[in-house]
Amino acid sequence: MSRLLSLAVLIAAWAITAALAQSRLLPGPLAVGAATLAEIRSGQLPFQMACTLGRVTAAFAIAMILGSIAGYAMGRSTRLDRFADSWLVVLINMPALVVIIFAYIWIGLNETAAILAVAINKLPNVIVVIREGTRALDPEIEEMANAFQFTGWKKIRHVVIPQLAPYLAASSRSGLSIVWKIVLVVELLGRPNGVGFVLGSAFSLFDMAKILSYAICFVVLMLVIEGLIVQPLERRANRWRRRLA
Amino acid sequence: MNDAQTAGGAALLELRIDAKSYRSADGTPVEVVRGLKLRLETGSFGALIGPSGCGKTTILKIAAGLDADFRGERQAAQPGRLGMVFQEPRLLAWRTVEQNIRLALPAERAGIDLGELIDVLGLDAHLTRYPGELSLGLARRVAIARAFAIDPDFLLLDEPFVSLDEATADRLRGELMALTTRTRVTTLFVTHDLPEAVQLADRLFFLSDRPTRIVLEKALPPPRGTRSKDVVAAISDQMRALAAQAERGAAGN
Repeated sequence: MSRLLSLAVLIAAWAITAALAQSRLLPGPLAVGAATLAEIRSGQLPFQMACTLGRVTAAFAIAMILGSIAGYAMGRSTRLDRFADSWLVVLINMPALVVIIFAYIWIGLNETAAILAVAINKLPNVIVVIREGTRALDPEIEEMANAFQFTGWKKIRHVVIPQLAPYLAASSRSGLSIVWKIVLVVELLGRPNGVGFVLGSAFSLFDMAKILSYAICFVVLMLVIEGLIVQPLERRANRWRRRLA
Repeated sequence: MNDAQTAGGAALLELRIDAKSYRSADGTPVEVVRGLKLRLETGSFGALIGPSGCGKTTILKIAAGLDADFRGERQAAQPGRLGMVFQEPRLLAWRTVEQNIRLALPAERAGIDLGELIDVLGLDAHLTRYPGELSLGLARRVAIARAFAIDPDFLLLDEPFVSLDEATADRLRGELMALTTRTRVTTLFVTHDLPEAVQLADRLFFLSDRPTRIVLEKALPPPRGTRSKDVVAAISDQMRALAAQAERGAAGN
C-alpha cells in the first residue's frame, strides 16, 4: 500500500513540475503515456525491447555461468587464486567503455562482440562474490559428504549450490541491473536496434517523451522479471531457513 | 555382506599410527598421536575411551580413511561401505529429514524402503521437516538413521550422545544397541563416558593424554547389551582402576 502511495506521489510531483515548467524538455506523465501507447501500437517498442532483452539474457547467462565456475575454482584452490587474482584486479578496474570499444574493434560491429563485451563487464563481479561464497563453504559438511561417498554431481547439487545460493542470488540481482545498463551503452555505440539505439536517436532529436517512455518501460520490465523470476527462485531456495521472529 | 564374519576373528580394521601431528594456527607442529595400534574384529563393537581433547576424533578420521596424512598403516578388510555419525549431526540444513537420509544412499540402494529404520528411531512424524526445526536429540537420530540406511560394513560414531539430557541419551543408546545387534555391523565408538562404553561395547580401548596411545585394551564378556545398570557400574569401577594402574605403570617406565 505504502509502495503504491509513494509511486503516486512521485508521479504527481512529476506532473506538477512538468505543468509548471511548460517545457518541451520535460513532458508530463500524460504526454509520455501517449507516446508509449503510440510506440506499442506501431510495434516498435515491443521489438526494440525484445532485442535488448535478448542481449541482456545472453550476456547475463554467460557471465553467471563462467563467473560461477571461475569463482568456485579460485575459492577452492589457493594456488589458482594467487595466479589469477591479478587478472581479476585488471578486469574489475577496466572501464566498461574500454571493454566495449576493444570488443567492437577486435571482433567487429556484430552481436557476438556486443554480448561478449557486456558479459566481460559483469564477469569479475560474479567471480569475486562466488569466490567469497566458496571460501565460506562448511568444511564439516564436506567431510560428511566424503565419508558417505557423495558423487561429484550429488555434491555440487545438494552440498555446494545450496550453500552458494545467497551468493548466487546477490550476484544475479546486482548483475541484472548492471547488465541491462551496459547493454544500452553497447547498443548506443554499435547496434542498429534495441532500446539503447532508440535512446541514441531520440537524443539527437531531443525527443524527451520517447526517451522517457522507453526508459520507464524497460525499468518496469526489469521489475517484473525480478518479481516474477528472481524473487520466487530466492524464496524457493530459502524455504528451509527459519523465519526470524 | 555381514556373512563374511562367520570367519570369526577376522580383522576388519588394523590400524597402526606411528605419528600424527598437525600444524597449529601459529605454525608450530602439535603431536596428537604416537605409537597407537588398534585391531578391530569383524562384527565387534569397539569403544575408544579417553579424556576430552586427546585426539579421539583424529584417530576416528584416520580409521575411517578420511585422513591419509599420518605416519603408519591402515588396513581394511574390504573397501566396504562406511557409515559415520559425527559429534555434531552434520545434516544438510537445506534438505528435509528424509532427503538427508536418502542422499547418503549409494546408487544401488536408492529408493529402498526405510520404514523399519525410521520406525525404530521414531522419525515418522518428522520426515518432511528441515533440520533447523529439530531438537538436538532428533537431529542426532537423523544422523544415526543416515548412517544405518546405507547398510554399512563399518560404522564409526564420534561421541554421538554428548550434550543430550540423560533420558534422551539413554533412549538413543538403547536404539543404537538394537540397531547394531540386529545388523551385526562392525563398530568403532568414541566417548569420554566410561559407563556408556561399558554398556555398549564388547572391547574397550583406553587412551592416554596427548600424544595419544592405547594404555589398556580390555575385552568385555558377552553378551553385550543385556548388562544391567549395576553391572555396568561395577565393571566401570573395575575398568577405571585398571586403566589408572596401567597409566601409572606407563608413566613409571
